[in-house]
Amino acid sequence: MSLITTLARLEAVDTGRAQPLATVRHRHLTDRPLVLVPLTTAGEAGAPLGALVGTDREAPRLLAVAQPRDRDLRFAFLAELAEAVLPHIEAYADVVEPAERNETDPATGKKTKVEVELCTDAAQLIVPSRAGVEFVRLLGRSMRFRRTAEDDPDTPYPAPARVPLLGRWLTHYGERARVPGSSLLPAVTDLLNRHWATGQSSLEDQHLGALLAWIDPPAGSSGAEAALRAELARDGEGQLLCPPAGPATDPDFDNRLLAPAIERYDRARTALASAEDGLAADARLGELSAAEREIRSLLARVMLPTWDAVWRGLDLLRELPEGSRAEDRWTRDRWSFTAHRDRVRSGEPPQPRRDDAVTAAQKLASRETAQAQLEAQEALDDPLVLAGRRLAGEAFLATVSEVEMAYTESKRPSPRPLVTVRTDERPHLGERTKVYRSLEGKPQTAEFVRYADGPPADDGEIPLVLRILDRMGRGKEPAPGSVPEPGERIAWTLFEHDQRGGPKLPDPEETPWTHGGPPGADAATRAERPDPVTPEDLL
Amino acid sequence: MTTVFDPGAAAARATDAILGDTLRGSARGIVVDSPPGAGKSTLVVRAALELAAAGHPLMVIAQTNAQVDDLVVRLAEKDPELPVGRLHSNDSDPYDKVLDGLENVRKSAKAADLAGLDVVISTAAKWAHVKNVEPWGHAIVDEAYQMRSDALLAVAGLFERALFVGDPGQLDPFSIVGADQWAGLSYDPSASAVSTLLAHNPELPQHRLPVSWRLPASAAPLVSDAFYPYTPFRSGTDHGDRKLSFGVASDGSGPDRVLDEAAESGWGLLELPARHTPRTDPEAVRAVALVVRRLLDRGGVATSERAEDPVPVTADRVAVGTAHRDQAAAVRAALTELGVTGVAVDTANRLQGREFDVTVVLHPLSGRPDATAFHLETGRLCVLASRHRHACVVVCREGVADLLDEHPSTEPVQLGVTVKFPDGWEANHAVLAHLSERRVRWRP
Repeated sequence: MSLITTLARLEAVDTGRAQPLATVRHRHLTDRPLVLVPLTTAGEAGAPLGALVGTDREAPRLLAVAQPRDRDLRFAFLAELAEAVLPHIEAYADVVEPAERNETDPATGKKTKVEVELCTDAAQLIVPSRAGVEFVRLLGRSMRFRRTAEDDPDTPYPAPARVPLLGRWLTHYGERARVPGSSLLPAVTDLLNRHWATGQSSLEDQHLGALLAWIDPPAGSSGAEAALRAELARDGEGQLLCPPAGPATDPDFDNRLLAPAIERYDRARTALASAEDGLAADARLGELSAAEREIRSLLARVMLPTWDAVWRGLDLLRELPEGSRAEDRWTRDRWSFTAHRDRVRSGEPPQPRRDDAVTAAQKLASRETAQAQLEAQEALDDPLVLAGRRLAGEAFLATVSEVEMAYTESKRPSPRPLVTVRTDERPHLGERTKVYRSLEGKPQTAEFVRYADGPPADDGEIPLVLRILDRMGRGKEPAPGSVPEPGERIAWTLFEHDQRGGPKLPDPEETPWTHGGPPGADAATRAERPDPVTPEDLL
Repeated sequence: MTTVFDPGAAAARATDAILGDTLRGSARGIVVDSPPGAGKSTLVVRAALELAAAGHPLMVIAQTNAQVDDLVVRLAEKDPELPVGRLHSNDSDPYDKVLDGLENVRKSAKAADLAGLDVVISTAAKWAHVKNVEPWGHAIVDEAYQMRSDALLAVAGLFERALFVGDPGQLDPFSIVGADQWAGLSYDPSASAVSTLLAHNPELPQHRLPVSWRLPASAAPLVSDAFYPYTPFRSGTDHGDRKLSFGVASDGSGPDRVLDEAAESGWGLLELPARHTPRTDPEAVRAVALVVRRLLDRGGVATSERAEDPVPVTADRVAVGTAHRDQAAAVRAALTELGVTGVAVDTANRLQGREFDVTVVLHPLSGRPDATAFHLETGRLCVLASRHRHACVVVCREGVADLLDEHPSTEPVQLGVTVKFPDGWEANHAVLAHLSERRVRWRP
């Protein structure tokens, strides 16, 4: 935790309200995000219990599984989820704009520009918490290898038609959510924690209710009191007033309300199965649907507070203006969305269970680039974030006091002006440390030459000499505006603004012996095979 | 009859076996584990020279530019006639200017310019960009435990066989983003190159260098027990071979007393009163700077097997090690304030592979309210506790033992990941127990 975050948290404790960590919103929010509040069954990995889903905060669609251990009901739930989610995704997949992409011609090895389609916007999926992101990933994993009756007529338990497709999309979203700065599948707790510091522990910050209580406490109450209420307060029935944001449920809810309701449902179902005539069956069907309605209303009751909290969180976030470079990161999300759309359309198999060595290394490298880029972009977009970096000695604000022209000692001398700047900050400068400033949106590099008055001894203002190294044009004299002028106040950073991409890795077919050699010839077919049916799959 | 351990002979036997496998063996890879200061660089230089002499051109992969330049200089010292290529980046100032004075060292940013030279050396990052060249028959990978698996993936196509040399006890490579999704895969890109290599090629011969020439007899047993419990090593020198003494007597202050303790026993713990502090704890930082200042002021001289006469411990023979970069910066500022220059102050990551007479360490857990995996990492403490030839002074707030007891390791167990022994928790306790016998309490 950086010093400025620690400070903000201390202030939050002191004032009883969350303190801002950012002055702009660093993540893109689309106009019509699809919110998904999922619930899972306790003790049954990957058995969904219910969900609220939709783009209209006034009209969430309620999906529920009356008996989560029943395979047919589970498939019905997933089919319904696919019906709720896929049209939303597909609506974005068809709206495209022309774009160019650099591609390497496999024959010549030359880089060429290729005309491609880029989706003008991407479908944004929002879940309440980080556990929700994990659950989306799990749902994707459990669905993408399923076979439908159309895929394979002999499959013992065919999945509903669109379920495997939903699995592939959710897998893509879950994987994309691991890329730093991505906004395709954000968790509201992560979004809020990025922008506000509360006075509670980072573990408690994962509790959506407690987090909102700190950021926007009810009138007359401090954040700490409101958060405590959100975490612990229960009604007369012993139920939490602010139920967990899922996918896990509160054990007291499970034991006292849900389990008895499911038991009633099971009894009604057995009774219906043993009905001997039409009249009795009608009556028992009525009992069954009453039992199902009861479960649905129970689930709605614990999910609706979370649903509202998600939208409230989004409202709070929308009050912040979007950072100027967040759009750039969203464009990368759109590329990722478009690329997945293309893979689905070209009939490629679902994502493999495990990455191969080359894919894993590529993903790690691109995420590290994204992380470094995110940190730099946030600091450039937001003076408050930059202040944190300044406090850590990784950036500084300085006023230009003097500019002295100097040139390289080559046949064609290039300008290397020496700029003296004054600052009362103490950046961690060493000999020839590179520093960067933003010049018309592009980074200009300079290097630290020396402390003009010797090493800083006390806290006062000190003069530093920097040598400007680039972005001054090709001529002998620097291009106009490319050299700082006396009196200018400039933010310099010790970190780079742009990230260079890593080296090209070998193709998977050329995986070297150190990494197990090329994947076997059967790898492609193996990846496509559905999960085998295990005894746990059957009741 | 008891046999007397002859460190020179033991080390020579190990080296001969390694060179034998490298020159005449049939395995595609050879792994050499080397404890701190066991002559790893010497081995790399010797293997490179012998391979070149036997008519096998080779590439050498090191991890940092400083390591590459250092190897080039050592090679040129041993054999000034040997044609060596230094492949460097396109940045300004890509290599140490010392290399310009070496006659048979050719420097270029393009691999093609260096084709045909006996030895070509570069960093893993630069090698990763080399494409479309005839693979080398042999390669040496230096600091292979600090190389990430994905970095090896990018360069492994450039050679047919390789000698991997490194220190398993030092800091593991790290990634700035989470890589848990690949944990347990044999080719986890965030794991070390050696773990991937051995996971896929378990039959490769593995050797170990048995003698640390750097660590004094006072330090080798502790470092060996705490960090290498199953692969013990010895020091090359004995008690009494090395001596640290001061021209100026102690003034009775904490820093002077801890220096005397360290000169006497090889270790000293300067313990400040317990307190939770920010990372750049001003009192501890100042204490570190004071110890360095007094060490230089008191005219420390070191007697060792390297020279007949005692050698003064000058600023360039002293280092300060910290866990974080802001701590290093704070110590640097404090030293400047005390008028001390020329002392290396850096984090454990950057001190790896370097050697000094005396080190002063700011304990990674000093003043912390919690013990995170980062601060508990075995390699971090191991690097900090194994850079010195004579003595090591640790500056720390009281209460680290309690802190450790309150924070047992709680990292999730990942299937398929080889558990590393010892864990940082245990290693920290072992070091602390030893240091507590060398404790000087001080209230600044």
